[in-house]
Amino acid sequence: MRVEALSFDLQMLNTLAALLLLLSFAMLAQRRVVTLVNLLAVQGALLCGATLLLAWRTGANHLYLSAALTLTLKVIFLPWLLHRLIRKLGVYWDTEPLINITGTMLIGVLVVVFSFGLAQPISALASTATRNAIGIAVAVVLIAFMTMITRRKAMSQVVGFLSMENGLFFGAMSATYGMPMIVEFGVALDVLVAMLVLGVFFFQIREQFDSLDLQHLESLKEDQ
Amino acid sequence: MPSLLTFAVLLGTPLLGALLLGLLGAKRWAPGLNVAFSALTFLAACLLTSRVITDGNLLVMQEQFFIDAFNVFLVTLTAFVGLTTALFSRPYMRIEAEHGRVTSTQLRLYHSMYQLFMTTMLVALTTNNLGLVWVAMEAATLSTVLLVTLYRTPASLEAGWKYFILCGVGIAQALFGTILLYFAAEKVLGAEGVGALLWTHLNVVKAQLEPAVLGLAFVFLLVGYGTKVGLAPLHNWLPDAHAEGPTPISAVLSGLLLNVAMYAVVRCKVLVEGSLQSSLPGRMLMGFGLLSVVLAAFFLWRQRDIKRLFAYSSIEHMGIITFAFGMGGPVANFAALLHMTVHSLTKSAIFFAVGHAAQKAGSQLMDDIRGLITLSPTIGWGLMMGSLAILGMPPFGVFASEFLILTTAMQQQPWATPILLLALGVAFAAIFSRVQPMVFGETNAKRLPHPPALLPVFTHLALVLMLGIFIPPYLADWYRAAARLIAGQ
Repeated sequence: MRVEALSFDLQMLNTLAALLLLLSFAMLAQRRVVTLVNLLAVQGALLCGATLLLAWRTGANHLYLSAALTLTLKVIFLPWLLHRLIRKLGVYWDTEPLINITGTMLIGVLVVVFSFGLAQPISALASTATRNAIGIAVAVVLIAFMTMITRRKAMSQVVGFLSMENGLFFGAMSATYGMPMIVEFGVALDVLVAMLVLGVFFFQIREQFDSLDLQHLESLKEDQ
Repeated sequence: MPSLLTFAVLLGTPLLGALLLGLLGAKRWAPGLNVAFSALTFLAACLLTSRVITDGNLLVMQEQFFIDAFNVFLVTLTAFVGLTTALFSRPYMRIEAEHGRVTSTQLRLYHSMYQLFMTTMLVALTTNNLGLVWVAMEAATLSTVLLVTLYRTPASLEAGWKYFILCGVGIAQALFGTILLYFAAEKVLGAEGVGALLWTHLNVVKAQLEPAVLGLAFVFLLVGYGTKVGLAPLHNWLPDAHAEGPTPISAVLSGLLLNVAMYAVVRCKVLVEGSLQSSLPGRMLMGFGLLSVVLAAFFLWRQRDIKRLFAYSSIEHMGIITFAFGMGGPVANFAALLHMTVHSLTKSAIFFAVGHAAQKAGSQLMDDIRGLITLSPTIGWGLMMGSLAILGMPPFGVFASEFLILTTAMQQQPWATPILLLALGVAFAAIFSRVQPMVFGETNAKRLPHPPALLPVFTHLALVLMLGIFIPPYLADWYRAAARLIAGQ
């Protein structure tokens, strides 16, 4: 690959993208649920920063709106909601992940390599100056997916789900400078409603089982 | 009436219904209001259909919504089954309430969410914007999660959680696919890309879209929406969600939601095939379809719960439809569309009958349901005829569509025919051997406090019978037009 001199804002963007990926790894390793939510909020803030940077760079007004949406929803409201749920439900720790942390991290590294390979045809076509970012976005999505499958507690799975959404959002941002506004609003609305539904749902689960451990939710088997 | 107004009535009625039923709470007339809103929606759908028949395709609200030959019949079907299910749920939910399984707060949630669910499906079907299709599909999941967990039993909570997480993750893949599609479209339609996610615009320029990106996008879209179609191996949520929720919800999930998800897959397939100029998307659909048919047929044998049994049968039939769309071409597409219609009608009729049968026996376990024919001949015959219809016995409509699909497969994909036939045979034996003792065995059932709603069951079965013997010419024209559209001609 040819090494080019990058302008300052592009360097910034790449730094943000790298930090985003780093946070994904931190989430993969973190077992304290409260910290997990904080990491999610930081990830949202980085996303917001990247959006603002792109908005300033391209002068596209709808990106400012999109950044504002990210800020209110992903940096402020959802983490607040999750913290409240954690306090009310008293779920502070996740149990040992299904695969031990070192193993998960190693698989995570392989996932990153795979993601860059997967993103290659898209990056090659991207006229936007954010080529590397697409590979990172795919990696963030896949690592979030891993976070979801290696966790037992419902709360950690939800954080993984939201982190995946962040990755998708970053992908849209770096590939196409965001989706049409009407779609972005729709997606944000869906995420918001999903979290509210989950809040209700968690209380139902707890009322029934006195715990949010998903091991209780394993009685429906194929042969029933 | 101008088309814009008809559209507003079609989408606004269920939305208003959701708000009103949510605000007013569980009054005595709430079920009646639910039926009234569904009836109005159905009327609007009929009006829209008659307009499309006379005037052709419609585009409204800055091209954000549209109606063409493909979605118009699905809109009518959705509104129709929505109405009959509302009719069925009136006595059904009353009996559930008297059995003490639901409280009035839960009934309020039920009615409100039922209408909201109808809204999301109609939006997904009529919107021209592929981004909005995604938003509406996700909203459809969200509006039904709390309905699946309505009874608050441990099993229903597990089913609801699985439904939420699996469909959520699945649909996230579809969002990535949509982003990739937008990425490719933007290159052709311009950076300001107002029309870059509008299906009608994309359909015009589909040959210019970058094949590498669209191929990748299709993988994500197929996995994403395929999860909601219930294609194996992504089908895990489906039997649980169908078995643990209230029966009217099983009927609309199976009869309508799966169709809507299938619709999304096919819309994307048209674009991708136009861009790739190869049969790769078709082959992927055929692979997923066959796998679902075979897996579901064998899982049918292991079921003990009657609703799970028919949920697996839904997976099998969605597999058949997916396979038929995968073969492509006007005949296979025609057969797939017909199969979508008859499956939707038959399966919801079966769930209506099953719901009342389970209420009578006080259990969903097939071993506990016996001798329906002695205590309630109508429920017994409804279940028997529905099962025969879904198993593809002539003269029901499922026979006609399955016959068409099999003969087309023999010509175009001869290798797949024995697999399909084997799976259909296995499914036949599995379902028939279970239903037969339930209908004709010794009875132990009790009387229901309210007369069951059997009108919907027999209306659906009569329609399926009619479609098996005679398809009205305008309906056939419609299917043909849609089949050509999907075949990209």
